[in-house]
Amino acid sequence: MAKTNKKAEEQPVQPVQPVRKTGLFEYAPAPESPAAAGDIATSYGHFIGGEFVDSSGSEALKTVNPATEQVLAEFAQGTEQDVDRAVAAARKAFTDWSALPGSERAKYLFRIARIMQERSRELAVLESIDNGKPIRESRDFDVPTAISYFFYYAGWADKLDYAGYGANPRPLGVAGQVIPWNFPLMMLAWKIAPALATGNTVVLKPAETTPLTALRFAEICRQAGLPKGVVNIVTGDGRTGAALTAHPDVNKVAFTGSTPVGRSIAKQIAGTRKKLSLELGGKAANIVFDDAPIDQAVEGIVNGIFFNQGHVCCAGSRLLVQESIQDELLDALKRRMGTLRLGDPLDKNTDIGAINSAAQLARITELTAIGEAEGAERWAPECELPGAGYWFRPTLFTGVSQAHRIARDEVFGPVLSVLTFRTPTEAVEKANNTPFGLSAGVWTEKGSRILWMANQLKAGVVWANTFNKFDPTSPFGGYKESGYGREGGRHGLEAYLDV
Amino acid sequence: MSTVAANAPGAAGGGLQDVAASEASLRRFLHGLPGVDAVGLEARAASLGTRSIKTTAKAYAIDLAISMIDLTTLEGADTVGKVRALCTKARNPDPSDPSAPRVAAICVYPDMVATAKAALEGTAIQVASVATAFPAGRAALPVKLADVADAVAAGADEIDMVIDRGAFLSGRYLSVFEEITAVKEACRRPDGTYAHLKVIFETGELQTYDNVRRASWLAMLAGADFIKTSTGKVAVNATPPVTLLMLEAVRDFKAQTGIQIGVKPAGGIKTTKDAMKYLVMVNETLGDDWLSPEWFRFGASSLLNDLLMQRQKLTTGRYSGPDYVTVD
Repeated sequence: MAKTNKKAEEQPVQPVQPVRKTGLFEYAPAPESPAAAGDIATSYGHFIGGEFVDSSGSEALKTVNPATEQVLAEFAQGTEQDVDRAVAAARKAFTDWSALPGSERAKYLFRIARIMQERSRELAVLESIDNGKPIRESRDFDVPTAISYFFYYAGWADKLDYAGYGANPRPLGVAGQVIPWNFPLMMLAWKIAPALATGNTVVLKPAETTPLTALRFAEICRQAGLPKGVVNIVTGDGRTGAALTAHPDVNKVAFTGSTPVGRSIAKQIAGTRKKLSLELGGKAANIVFDDAPIDQAVEGIVNGIFFNQGHVCCAGSRLLVQESIQDELLDALKRRMGTLRLGDPLDKNTDIGAINSAAQLARITELTAIGEAEGAERWAPECELPGAGYWFRPTLFTGVSQAHRIARDEVFGPVLSVLTFRTPTEAVEKANNTPFGLSAGVWTEKGSRILWMANQLKAGVVWANTFNKFDPTSPFGGYKESGYGREGGRHGLEAYLDV
Repeated sequence: MSTVAANAPGAAGGGLQDVAASEASLRRFLHGLPGVDAVGLEARAASLGTRSIKTTAKAYAIDLAISMIDLTTLEGADTVGKVRALCTKARNPDPSDPSAPRVAAICVYPDMVATAKAALEGTAIQVASVATAFPAGRAALPVKLADVADAVAAGADEIDMVIDRGAFLSGRYLSVFEEITAVKEACRRPDGTYAHLKVIFETGELQTYDNVRRASWLAMLAGADFIKTSTGKVAVNATPPVTLLMLEAVRDFKAQTGIQIGVKPAGGIKTTKDAMKYLVMVNETLGDDWLSPEWFRFGASSLLNDLLMQRQKLTTGRYSGPDYVTVD
């Protein structure tokens, strides 16, 4: 090598970590217009038999904008009579709907998908207002993904003979579907699209903090001319959900949500002829080996846990990093977390929006306090939190062990626990050492190791050198306490067919 | 602007002094760099491309982008008249609005350096010259060095060299390294100062992102002051993912050595919208330290007029048209 000058010899060998200074190029506010969400009524009833109807009861719930705590609308707390009426409407519609040729059912699904595309901006803004998620995500992820499931299952409707379940597979009947608040419209699509494609009719209960896009979807069903009663939406809290899953004339129960509720549903319908699919909690390990593509791994870790404020059942909430690169990776991760933009969900440059509800914020706060009390080291980037609304800084815990509660309980928030491992076997042991088994991530440039890990990991989805990627052609679902049954892909048809 | 060799050959500390001691050690080092996952890199670049830059932020970014342009003419048909006209444009980009900032530099072939230098006399606008048998670099080393020395003697402030892609792709990294250090020496002026050295990789020919990361480290270790994507003369020139990767390389190099290196994407950046995406990448990968013409440049020609039209739109509230900016 060429001469080394004096300056070179005096260079410190210790790495110099530059602090990323910002301030020159501040992004001006770029807010999406709340008016694009369309008209939000002051109060909503249910959608039953193709009509918006009042509840038989008088109890009303409120849905708030979690970024401002302002009430967006009142909606009905569905009663047992409401559920009964909705199931009856679905039962009535089932005869004709299931008798339609698949190609005719497909037309309706394609039509719904196209209307959703035309109204995508409206749906995205409404979703962000009701849920608190950044418009960047609702616009670029939630709504397009929801639409893609309708397009995908529309394509299956007239090809069910070739789905691998024999000739002319039969639908189950009325599907009772209960969905969570983290991806309201997308979860609706995951449930309704395969159910309708296979000839079932549905009664769907959206979550009590995020009913608005489901009610807007009801309008879309009317716009598409969907026969009355094929899709029914009944709003309310867990009591309404329990009434729906317990209803004797429901043939199929599909639930996405927490493991305790999933367990109670499984008990409730045990011994009946109802078919059940459950997509429950998770505590996914995101495993980074020392030969990983570091910059992309950091992106994947961030996307894995901070996407949608961590309100993701398959979130990569446990980072398992090989000890030899721990410091390097954590430095890079902290630097990257420092660039996350938290704030107004409707600002197009926001990366982290609002926590969905006060109750969820309280749970995250409680679990992180326990993490600190148990001795894990807490770190979060400096960032200002808005005054009103529910907010939580993207947070990192280091020095976490398998025995800590933050490594075991599902936080369902922007909180990452960092653990280390020394060998691939240890990584697998730790990754699988959880009652859950929904997803996992593996980061390595070594292809053979990816395949070996995928075989060892007890998780329904294993992402390699990526995380939180969804596609309608790919089945999704869990092992162990993360549930059973699969949604998406050809496999997703099975949950709605009498096979 | 500093003409001192900020990144002297072999100046890199941080335990990197002996990396280029032999072909084997250099190869071991370059192949030991973390791999690049192409899907992830492209996704990150695309995601940064969705940032919405409005009002005050847009005004800042447009002026910054103009001030970062290496206004370029590299044609066989270049004449003294053409180069003078371009220099006039560099001094006064928008005749209707004297508040428009000047560009960073004029970039020409070596035989036009003296013309450009004279035309830009009294301004801070730099004269950059491509050299080393640009764009292919297919000439013997002494010819390349003479090319560089000629441009430096004519007054070039900056030299844009091309690496020997053939040597790089056949794994002769040390040969590429030594060529860069030799060119760096040729950038030395009689008074001991150096012309600023930009090293062009022609990333469209290196093809893989792993190669781009290796070339970046190789050039930085060999004394590059700037690393530059492309000549603008091949099918694929600067792209957001390639540039993002090079930004990550200069970030990591500074963290390890304390030495700051500049980045110049060149070729194919034609619109204000494109330029905004690049500046967002700089901002979110590197921050304030690189947000100046000293550390980030655009190699471009038609970009300037689009920036000026957008600038007029912001100040007047009306869209103008190509006839309201000057062709050169």
